[in-house]
Amino acid sequence: MDGLRYVEEFRDPLLGRSMLQALRRMAQRLPKSSVRIMEFCGGHTYAFHRFGLLELLPPEIRMVHGPGCPVCILPKGRIDAAIKLCLEKKAVLATYGDVLRVPGSHSLTLMKARSMGADVRIVLSAMEALDLAEKLPGQEVVFFAIGFETTTPPTAAVVLEADRRNLKNFSVFANHVMTPPAMEAILSGTSVDGIIGPSHVSTVIGSRAYDIISRKFNIPIVIAGFEPLDILQALQMILQQIEEKKAQVENEYSRAVSPEGNLRSQELIAKVFEHAPSFEWRGLGELPLSSRSIRNEFSLFDAQRRFSLEVLHVSDPGICECGEILKGVKAPQDCKIFGTVCTPDNPVGACMVSAEGACAAFFHYGRQEGVVS
Amino acid sequence: MRSEKGVLGLPLNIEKGRVEMIHGSGGRASSQLFEEIILPAFDNPWLRKAGDQAVVEMAQGRWALSTDSFVVSPIFFPGGDIGSLAVHGTVNDLAMGGAQPRYLTVGLVIEEGFPLSDLARITQSLGSAAERCGVSVVAGDTKVVERGKGDGIFINTSGIGWIPRDIVLDPSAIRVGDILILSGSIGEHGAAVLAAREGGGLVTSLLSDSAPLHDAVQKLIASGPGLVCLRDPTRGGVATVLNEWARETGLVFEIEESRIPIRQEVRGISEILGIDPLYLANEGRFLAVCRPESADRLLSVLKSHPLGLAASQIGHVKAGDPTRPGGMVRMTTLMGGVRLVDWLLGDPLPRIC
Repeated sequence: MDGLRYVEEFRDPLLGRSMLQALRRMAQRLPKSSVRIMEFCGGHTYAFHRFGLLELLPPEIRMVHGPGCPVCILPKGRIDAAIKLCLEKKAVLATYGDVLRVPGSHSLTLMKARSMGADVRIVLSAMEALDLAEKLPGQEVVFFAIGFETTTPPTAAVVLEADRRNLKNFSVFANHVMTPPAMEAILSGTSVDGIIGPSHVSTVIGSRAYDIISRKFNIPIVIAGFEPLDILQALQMILQQIEEKKAQVENEYSRAVSPEGNLRSQELIAKVFEHAPSFEWRGLGELPLSSRSIRNEFSLFDAQRRFSLEVLHVSDPGICECGEILKGVKAPQDCKIFGTVCTPDNPVGACMVSAEGACAAFFHYGRQEGVVS
Repeated sequence: MRSEKGVLGLPLNIEKGRVEMIHGSGGRASSQLFEEIILPAFDNPWLRKAGDQAVVEMAQGRWALSTDSFVVSPIFFPGGDIGSLAVHGTVNDLAMGGAQPRYLTVGLVIEEGFPLSDLARITQSLGSAAERCGVSVVAGDTKVVERGKGDGIFINTSGIGWIPRDIVLDPSAIRVGDILILSGSIGEHGAAVLAAREGGGLVTSLLSDSAPLHDAVQKLIASGPGLVCLRDPTRGGVATVLNEWARETGLVFEIEESRIPIRQEVRGISEILGIDPLYLANEGRFLAVCRPESADRLLSVLKSHPLGLAASQIGHVKAGDPTRPGGMVRMTTLMGGVRLVDWLLGDPLPRIC
């Protein structure tokens, strides 16, 4: 595992400490008393907590958590539809592990549906779901596909592969959402001074994808890797831009992200998917042209059409602040039920489910004196 | 042996045959399975009697009892299999109480259709692991369940071990100032099993750390006083053991990330699968709490044992916080930040032991 050297290099403690000192000096030169910086991606939220970075930041930097957690933004209606697929339509549902604990209506989850007799399988990849369909020729197998641009190309690839293998019992319930429209929606409603841009998503869509947003909202966006030194470097770059009154897209994660992104993945996506007219995001509501649906020529593999599946709007419980937390308006500890009624073992809102969710990350790593979030 | 016992018919075709329902029926086929596969693996006077119970002579004093069931998937993994794991698991549970393991019982639940060759391989592995640990398998039971009602093979082992009179290892004796020692690098069993699982698609040189710990524990005990308690971080890993102790004592357990030995392959798999190595299972490691004045001696005794070469003093125990009666576990990260080490998130983890 030679690639691991990349990991250890970017966790060097001595370098990290000197970068933190530099960050503190930069923070004192800021033109205002404090800045709000959003990490868009749940991967960064998790890293902040896991490496204990939040409490090390200078007090002038306030981090705001973004909506970039694929599980967290799934609205209840989509969980309900998935439960219907496996419980009523008797399809074998294959999906990623975190999805099983996301509550739909009446606190029902796929995990509970499984205990009620539904056949729900955890897969680590889209290809595993396809192989499952091949192994169960007599049964309908549906891949409950979720995620931002990172997981979209593999889903596209299995649709093409299912077509090539002429599989008759495989389909995809597509819930692939897009980062730029969500970022725009957030910036329209929340005031932040800079954004740490997604790392894995950007390997696919490229750093140029954020140019329009940075210009439109006059905001620095720095794409960063998930390691501690990546994050500290990105924060320095954002502060530098603020100090110089610049607002542009910069790429800290240049070892993996190019300006144009991964063209082959983009081609794969375009071949199988088109923009869906609208998608309901938990917290952000209906956003036009913010997700992808399967093109007509692959409609056989589209579970929504195959099972005439309706996705209904279901309101979130009033006490849960997931929506406001996903928009960066509130922090996990502002929620009245955080850590009491709502815990990772019994989540009320989706932010408490995935390790990348702001509430779960804070619950898991952060709850102690001296930590501000 | 077959002819002596007088089982009729041909011997089992161990190479190609499979377990059938009739092998669990208690009739002739059951005896044949016992005599041709199971008995040769554990041969000892108690089993040869094939009675309903084993009668053993026991010394006076205190005895530790423990039982554990093993459902690991896959049943053969790099560095071990369900047979050796079933021995080490129970031997280690006894060892954590300071006991010297003596006798084991083994219960096999086998799914119809299970290859006889795999059964022979597993029972032989179980037998030789028991022999290496110096324990005798004195009683056992075999059941066969219909195809689809089990997953290949499940094993239960129960064990009994003798505890020297003056040894009391008990977490309720943990005090502020005590030192935490970890016997070796963490997460190798969990990572090896996860990597070996179908669908993981990961190829590594990593081996499970599955090993018996009683010898290392006896050496620690023999070196003098100061050992407070021991626990082996199996399912849920090091983080779970520390949280259990924190809850039992209400104290704060502080560890340092830089002092926790983790092999590069384990780090790699953890990164790929998004799992924190602190929560990965170990089957041949233990955590020890000891008095500060004994820490250096115990650590050097441990480091001179083959299973403790990478042993490390990873932290210490501090006073509890009255607002958190359940205690807590904190870790200073490599970056110098301090974070909570919580209970394992309730994720649907695969079967690893």
